[in-house]
Amino acid sequence: MATTYEKIATTTLGSAAASIDFTSIPATYTDLRVVFVGTMATSSYPWMRLNADTDSNYSDTYLYGDGSTAVSGKNTSITGWYMGANPLSTTVPSMQTMDIFSYAGSTYKTGLSISATEFGSGQRMTDVIVSLWRSTAAITSIKIFSDGGYNIKAGATATLYGIKAA
Amino acid sequence: MATYTLISSNVLSSSAASVTFSAIPATYTDLVLKCSVRTDNAGANDTLRITYNNDSTALYSTIMLRGDGASPISSIQTVAYMNARQVDGATATSNTFGSTEIYIPSYTASQSKPTSIVFAQEDNSATAYMGAIAGLYRSNTAISRIDFSTSGANFVTGSSFYLYGISNA
Repeated sequence: MATTYEKIATTTLGSAAASIDFTSIPATYTDLRVVFVGTMATSSYPWMRLNADTDSNYSDTYLYGDGSTAVSGKNTSITGWYMGANPLSTTVPSMQTMDIFSYAGSTYKTGLSISATEFGSGQRMTDVIVSLWRSTAAITSIKIFSDGGYNIKAGATATLYGIKAA
Repeated sequence: MATYTLISSNVLSSSAASVTFSAIPATYTDLVLKCSVRTDNAGANDTLRITYNNDSTALYSTIMLRGDGASPISSIQTVAYMNARQVDGATATSNTFGSTEIYIPSYTASQSKPTSIVFAQEDNSATAYMGAIAGLYRSNTAISRIDFSTSGANFVTGSSFYLYGISNA
């Protein structure tokens, strides 16, 4: 049986770093999935940037619950994708997944993230975000980083999987 | 190398109060569980409960976001099990089962274990839910066993539980 869910690359930080980068992503899959587990040096949002595009070509619609209320909102013309609606902890690891559909196609790119930031106390959330990158370029690189420019702490792991429909 | 591997499955041929996956190998990076569940609990719904490592102390907490077709809610819970919330109960539409996916990343890492859960019911009636849960198991011990149970009822015949390992090696 053909393998349809393959690891493309993985990074586990041995020391703190400003980002985790996946480069030279092959165009041979249908969809991509990124799974991130980790903490930040300073509490901040996990962001993703595609093909090193720093222009305001990104937008999203989010839905989150924080334990008391359910909230939905939008971000337009921003410079990256939120991988979660809640800042990451400095001590308790949380997880984010990002599915990127038809990443090698010539249409705008859609991402769907599910984030679980349950810290046992303080501000914690579960959230779903649908994101758009207004570019027709195939995605060949992905950067994961803190929106505040802080380091990702040692021990964080990010894995990029390729999913084949054929 | 296959990165998404079936470790074990259990499709119930008779009702059962619990389902256990034990001796889970530590050779994967993440675990994924896919469950299709109905119970004989009185009412249209029941809760799917999960424990790791046979640990029934109050080390599990969740943040839930849930919609019922009318009013979304969010709530926090800290209890002695991971509450994966709604599945179908005895009076739900016949032959319907709740679907639940549980993602446990870095299940062997010496750190608290985050968990992401997505659950969905749809039974063409008024009492069905869908939602997402952020969970945390505050233990540094590698997960080697997972138990499923209900609020005190039984899983009915046809309920299914699949455990997959995802390897990034």
